[in-house]
Amino acid sequence: MAAFVARRLGISAAVFLLISIGIFVLVRAAPGDPVSMMVNPEDTLDGGQQFVEAKRRELGLDQPVPVQYLAWLRHALTGDLGYSYVSDRPVLGVLAERLPPTVELMGTALLIALVIAVPLGMLAAVRRNTAVDYMIAALSVTTISIPSFFLGIAAVYVLTLKLGVLPSAGMSTPGQAGVLDAVRHLILPALILSLTIAGPFVRYVRSGLIDELDADYVRTAEAKGATTLRVLSRHALPNALIPLVTVVALRIPHLLAGAVVLEQVFAWPGMGQLAVSSIGRQDYPVIIGFALYVAVLVLICNLAADLLYAVVDPRVRLT
Amino acid sequence: MTVEAQAPPVATSRATVHRSPRQLAWRRFQRNKLAVIGAAVLILVALAALLAPWIARHSPTAVDLTQFRQPPSAEHWLGTDSAGRDVFARLLHAGRISLFVGLLASVLAIALGTVLGALAGLVGGWIDMAVMRSADIVLAFPSLVVIVVLAGVIGPSVTVLVLAIAAFEWPTSARVVRAVTLSLREREYLQAAKSVGASRWWLIRQHIIPAALPPVVVVGTVTVASAVLLEAALSFLGLGVPPPQSSWGNMLNDAQNLTIVETMPWLWLPPGIAVALTVLAVNFVGDGLRDAVDPRQRTAAG
Repeated sequence: MAAFVARRLGISAAVFLLISIGIFVLVRAAPGDPVSMMVNPEDTLDGGQQFVEAKRRELGLDQPVPVQYLAWLRHALTGDLGYSYVSDRPVLGVLAERLPPTVELMGTALLIALVIAVPLGMLAAVRRNTAVDYMIAALSVTTISIPSFFLGIAAVYVLTLKLGVLPSAGMSTPGQAGVLDAVRHLILPALILSLTIAGPFVRYVRSGLIDELDADYVRTAEAKGATTLRVLSRHALPNALIPLVTVVALRIPHLLAGAVVLEQVFAWPGMGQLAVSSIGRQDYPVIIGFALYVAVLVLICNLAADLLYAVVDPRVRLT
Repeated sequence: MTVEAQAPPVATSRATVHRSPRQLAWRRFQRNKLAVIGAAVLILVALAALLAPWIARHSPTAVDLTQFRQPPSAEHWLGTDSAGRDVFARLLHAGRISLFVGLLASVLAIALGTVLGALAGLVGGWIDMAVMRSADIVLAFPSLVVIVVLAGVIGPSVTVLVLAIAAFEWPTSARVVRAVTLSLREREYLQAAKSVGASRWWLIRQHIIPAALPPVVVVGTVTVASAVLLEAALSFLGLGVPPPQSSWGNMLNDAQNLTIVETMPWLWLPPGIAVALTVLAVNFVGDGLRDAVDPRQRTAAG
């Protein structure tokens, strides 16, 4: 097991280095000079060029790209991601304060998706090839076909603007902060985000359960007189849910993609909103920081998927 | 499971009709009502987009500040936007660019995936290893987030959009083609071709691509669906098709403003419905094709 973990960690580290080079080269090769954005046009009339040069040196932009990369990597590995061009605050701090809202949104969405998908997947498996099964399949295709941001806008139109039952923006109402208020703000974006991944989950639960229902041990349990409910809950479902563990881990980065878009719709102050607004302002250190965060998240989720699969299913040979 | 299965009728006239695999697939496809409806919707959407200049009476970019934010009327079927441009004309012209981006990106992705998958399966060794590991890495990343960063850094343009989508959608077809190639590699007719000196490129062109085409077309529909959705999401964020050119996604960009959402639903409902309808139709056609091409792998959607 230790060798397996070490091997996986080594692969992840190599992939991370490869990706960090890609991110860095790309950002440095980008058009647009972030320094010029920080200069008041009036300053460039007399001695402004010197100010720009000084700022360039200060930010290390006058060094060759490989040197910039190595210097940056050394800093990045110690948690120093530089300073935001816009707010002059440390990038790590800027990212860190945007992380909890996104984690809250993604975590809730994941939970809702499982609560929706497991029963529906079970129902589809038990009633396979009936009208119920076909309807659930059509429903899950529909949910992945409608753009989440369009669904979000439509929900805001109906629930906020026409019926006035739910808030449409932010995480809380100023002056009314409380658990109930937070839940009212969270429910709509989380529900819509959950729909982007519930469809695939339904399919996995359904096909996993169908495989198990055809297995010999299920027939044995039925022959011994176990009720359908007991066969499902005690025998087939636990085995069917094993592959779902890895599917969930692998889907988390894709949940972030949905969050990036939906945070824009619901003015949710998370990582996605930060990334999109930083791009608008050419705030390169924050963009690099965000890209690195995504890379780390993807690698951790993949590592977790590999390890969890080995842990929950003893049949998997660790090599 | 009926034990007393009826013996097949021996020599009725119908049983002697021979049908090619393609005809059989077409019959199976026709039996799937949702797929047939989806195909009809797609044809309509494609026609509306192709014939946009002849259907819409207004120019999609003609600004008329005396007629801005007008509700739907006989003159402007879907109203006008903040610059007084005709929404109906913009919707149809947007369909051109959205479908163009979706299809071109998918064709590029599928072509790349097919060549890489065939090479990986045929050659094996480190090429196989490199292609498949790259596919794993690309698939692990949420394409939208990476394209957001890419488009944000390089600057949004249709070229960046198409290339970036293609760069993230090739692994699906690569995996399928590799699997087909591996199953073909040891077959006698491929060995025979190889023994008389056929080149790799010849094997791929003459034997692997024809055999891989049906499953590739099926996963290709999924690629088209996600490419259209990616275009919409990125343009919605302002990182896809740049204005003044209209796309379904950037028409929805206006709807980030609550006042517009509340008072002018004609601005955001039509492009949203167009995307949803198109992607839904593509997905239903894909399901139908899967059942038609490989009846053993029946999916529940039907």
